[in-house]
Amino acid sequence: MLTTTLILGLVLGGTYALLALGLTLQYGIARIMNLAYGELTLLAAFLVVALFQGVGLSPLLSLPAIAVAGYGLGWVLYQVMMRPLVARSGASGRLEIDSILATFGLLFLIQGVLLLLFGANFTSISYLDRGVNVFGVSVALNRLIAFGICVVVGGALVVALKKTRWGLIMRAVALTPGSAPLVGIDTNRVARQGFALGTALAAVAGASISMYQTFSATGGVVFTMKALVIVIMGGVGNVPGALAAGFALGLIETFVATAIDPGLTLAATFAIFLLVLLWRPQGLFGARS
Amino acid sequence: MSGFSRRAALRAFSAGAAMVLGLQAGAAAAQDKVTIGYAVARTGPNATGAGITTIPNYELWVDTVNKAGGLKMPDGSQKMIEVVEYDNRSSNEDLVRSIERLASQDKVDLILPPWGTGSNLAIAPLMAKFGYPQLAVTAVTDKAPEFAKRWDRSFWLLGGGHDYANGLVEVLAKARDAGTINDKVAVVSVADGFGIDLIKSARPAFEDAGFELVYDKTYPLGTSDFAAIMSEAQGSGADSFVAFSYPPGSFGMTKTAQSMNYNPKVFYISVGGAFPIYPGVADGKAEGVMAIGGVDADSPAIQDYFARHTEFVGTPPDSWASAITYASLEMLAQAVERAGLNHEALANALSTGTFQTVVGDVTLEDNQLRDLWWVGQWQGGSFRAVNPSDKAGASAPVIPKPEW
Repeated sequence: MLTTTLILGLVLGGTYALLALGLTLQYGIARIMNLAYGELTLLAAFLVVALFQGVGLSPLLSLPAIAVAGYGLGWVLYQVMMRPLVARSGASGRLEIDSILATFGLLFLIQGVLLLLFGANFTSISYLDRGVNVFGVSVALNRLIAFGICVVVGGALVVALKKTRWGLIMRAVALTPGSAPLVGIDTNRVARQGFALGTALAAVAGASISMYQTFSATGGVVFTMKALVIVIMGGVGNVPGALAAGFALGLIETFVATAIDPGLTLAATFAIFLLVLLWRPQGLFGARS
Repeated sequence: MSGFSRRAALRAFSAGAAMVLGLQAGAAAAQDKVTIGYAVARTGPNATGAGITTIPNYELWVDTVNKAGGLKMPDGSQKMIEVVEYDNRSSNEDLVRSIERLASQDKVDLILPPWGTGSNLAIAPLMAKFGYPQLAVTAVTDKAPEFAKRWDRSFWLLGGGHDYANGLVEVLAKARDAGTINDKVAVVSVADGFGIDLIKSARPAFEDAGFELVYDKTYPLGTSDFAAIMSEAQGSGADSFVAFSYPPGSFGMTKTAQSMNYNPKVFYISVGGAFPIYPGVADGKAEGVMAIGGVDADSPAIQDYFARHTEFVGTPPDSWASAITYASLEMLAQAVERAGLNHEALANALSTGTFQTVVGDVTLEDNQLRDLWWVGQWQGGSFRAVNPSDKAGASAPVIPKPEW
């Protein structure tokens, strides 16, 4: 009973964390609150399904290509759409509000394109949809893979941000975007990289979600909401925080669903969200500013 | 009268004549067509439901009617259908504004309903105010008798939650009495309009029939992970698993049950179970899965409708509300042929007439369609109706369901 909850919760939490990683990077480094995040995730999911059904390319094989394409799309989006907003806002806090409004529009644009391209129908594929025994608990293999991707990608990201020069630059821009140029950092380039990397992560999350979940072109907002809660809980821009918050949320939801009532999972999520906001408004792992 | 030349007079006359002729031609053209308006969800959360059940059938019907020369009028003439369509963006405010516009500015002859119970309820007072008949198809409500009385030009064609719950209990009770399944049921329901409606009717119905609800939980709308729920249901000792669910839930539970090898003798899901994509979702192992709705899969009219829908839209229709949606349009066409476009006469013709449709001969009772299928089951690649079992065209349910 306890192992079941623990394993199912961890696997669920892994997929949540994977979903939130990109959003936390985008906000932390590029200072862009991307409300179209869920739609970008869906776009990747639809592409994976189209590749799988059209050319028979297995999702695991198409995943690297999707990640690269996501990086490219993020790069272009930042350059074409966000850059003017960044330039206009200067050092003021206007970018947050402008980016929320702009990406709110982008949300409907992508949703419209998805509806046009793929129709309104639910889409799903059955890929590696068989149970695997993990300590006596049957877990779907595709969810286990998503969990694995989260651990690998999230772990690599944490290490890269902590140990490499690239990570140092990223952290410098995330912490003090105002003073980073003083030491010769091209904040615009770093922000673009951060945004593109975030989009790539959204694409990876979308690709792994497409393996086990049924989705439709209009369901993106659910992903954005979940990711937003996790990002804020973990401390905005904090990668280890997003990982920990994602796992915590998965564990709590599974525990509430089995021990109390599945109807209360959403209530529990938001109760904890509220508690975090009241006690630690900077998030569980966020630094006090 | 100085400066008034004959040439100018001639020119003025010819111009005037041309204008009058043009007006007449315009008027004649206007009389040759019927304008039909609808405001459907092309975007937003309702787009999925509308895109599967409502919009394809509207388009198929308009295409079919126009290819046959147009809508027939009582005097034997035919008028082509012209469509005015708005996107309600899944918001009731936009929907209501669009209906107002269709009625007062576009002055369309007929208005077709939107998708969803809430949307149909939202426009019912407005439709009544403007006097348009409202053929509410995709609206499952136990209050249909009350609504039909309040708005006497509204028609409710999909029954109420208690009809579907009672139908399911009847199927399970028969199997239990035959000794095929035990008297324990695990039931989950989505905490939203539809799920609440159905579980509220199902609880007393199950208990009256002598069933014990060993697992009875609701889950929030938007839940995507059903591993915990399904593992509890699996351990509950019930032979029957029942979910009053929306499509994402229905699909998620199917996949989870398959991956954890949960094989209850009865596996029942609700909305989405009758969708053409369901066998794909179930990885080709849909055989024996029960769900809400159903069609008489052997009826030639249904087979012809499925074939035409597949050819026109690219996918087969769903086996629950799609055929009823199409039937409601056939009813509308036949009512127009009998009574014309006057709204009062048209509503009266719909209330009292009998119509030949893809779901058979249809007569409404107190403005409601009561002759419906409540439970269906995937058998040999088709989704077949199994309850009411005494209705012509019903198939016998297969219990226990074969393992995934």
